[in-house]
Amino acid sequence: MSQEILLEDMQCVYQKPATLTDDYMHYCPGCGHAVAHKILMEVVQEMGIQEDVIGVAPVGCSVFAYNYMNIDMQEAAHGRASAVATGIKRVLPEKYVFSYQGDGDLAAIGTAETIHTINRGENILMVFINNGIYGMTGGQMAPTSLFGQITSTSPYGRDVEHNGYPLKITELIAHLPGAFYVTRQAVHTPNTVRKFKKALRNAFEFQKLKKGTCFIEVVSNCPSGWKMTPKETLTYIEEKMLPEYPLGDLKVPAQNNI
Amino acid sequence: MIKGTVLINSENCKGCELCIVACSQESLSLSQKINLRGYRYVELSQDNCTGCTNCAIVCPDSAITVYRQSKQNYKKAV
Repeated sequence: MSQEILLEDMQCVYQKPATLTDDYMHYCPGCGHAVAHKILMEVVQEMGIQEDVIGVAPVGCSVFAYNYMNIDMQEAAHGRASAVATGIKRVLPEKYVFSYQGDGDLAAIGTAETIHTINRGENILMVFINNGIYGMTGGQMAPTSLFGQITSTSPYGRDVEHNGYPLKITELIAHLPGAFYVTRQAVHTPNTVRKFKKALRNAFEFQKLKKGTCFIEVVSNCPSGWKMTPKETLTYIEEKMLPEYPLGDLKVPAQNNI
Repeated sequence: MIKGTVLINSENCKGCELCIVACSQESLSLSQKINLRGYRYVELSQDNCTGCTNCAIVCPDSAITVYRQSKQNYKKAV
């Protein structure tokens, strides 16, 4: 009651975006996927393009993204979200098309599709959530897992001799001429979330100008897969993930090219 | 200081505590009560919120709505 009286002279400055549905999210407590969903939908709401956006959901934890995002969505086979997005964009070139993929989807089974989509310079946005683990299937090692990271398929830590090096797919595709805007962001602190929002906004603006593929990697967490509390994942991201995956723009368009 | 407040949807909260870490005023804390899904939820425990929206931005479940005093009201109060 006292709070209602207090609210009278106050104005609402932040609320859940209307482009998210009211469904209860199935993600574990503290999951970065849910933050990424929310920010993506905030950008769609701010640009007023809810009717014109088509998303492609991946296979992985975010397989139910279409239940939460109140826009047109299509589910793709494992790893093929960028190929499906290519098809949608070619048939409906005036729509904004994005694919939303995790690291097991984009960097493991879908590496070929990812690289060739970007090499063709398809005019889509790819959002890549990198948490260094296969979250949905029970915390197995992903190509992006760090050195010495303990997962259920590498119980003694990831070892270079057997498992190779962490795959930096964002650096790999930044060299391709078809990629127009390549950046790496994170969602673990308020500041990084704000930067991620700006990057998403830029990417949709570039898509409007038909410039080429925009690629946003998001360094995220997986409390259940990493066997940590959500609070501990924040320090793990700062200390272990960010030295391996430094934040920042890898490829930005030259000023006279926009 | 401009005053703000938050409304927390306790049924959507999963008690991940990310908002508690993000809050610079330390005005949020975990409740002793549990919600219908069995999670301890976050509540506003101190009256020093400035309405900076940091907690709501990092909330994965969009459970936090932030209200802030407008600048005109702030000037009137001062």
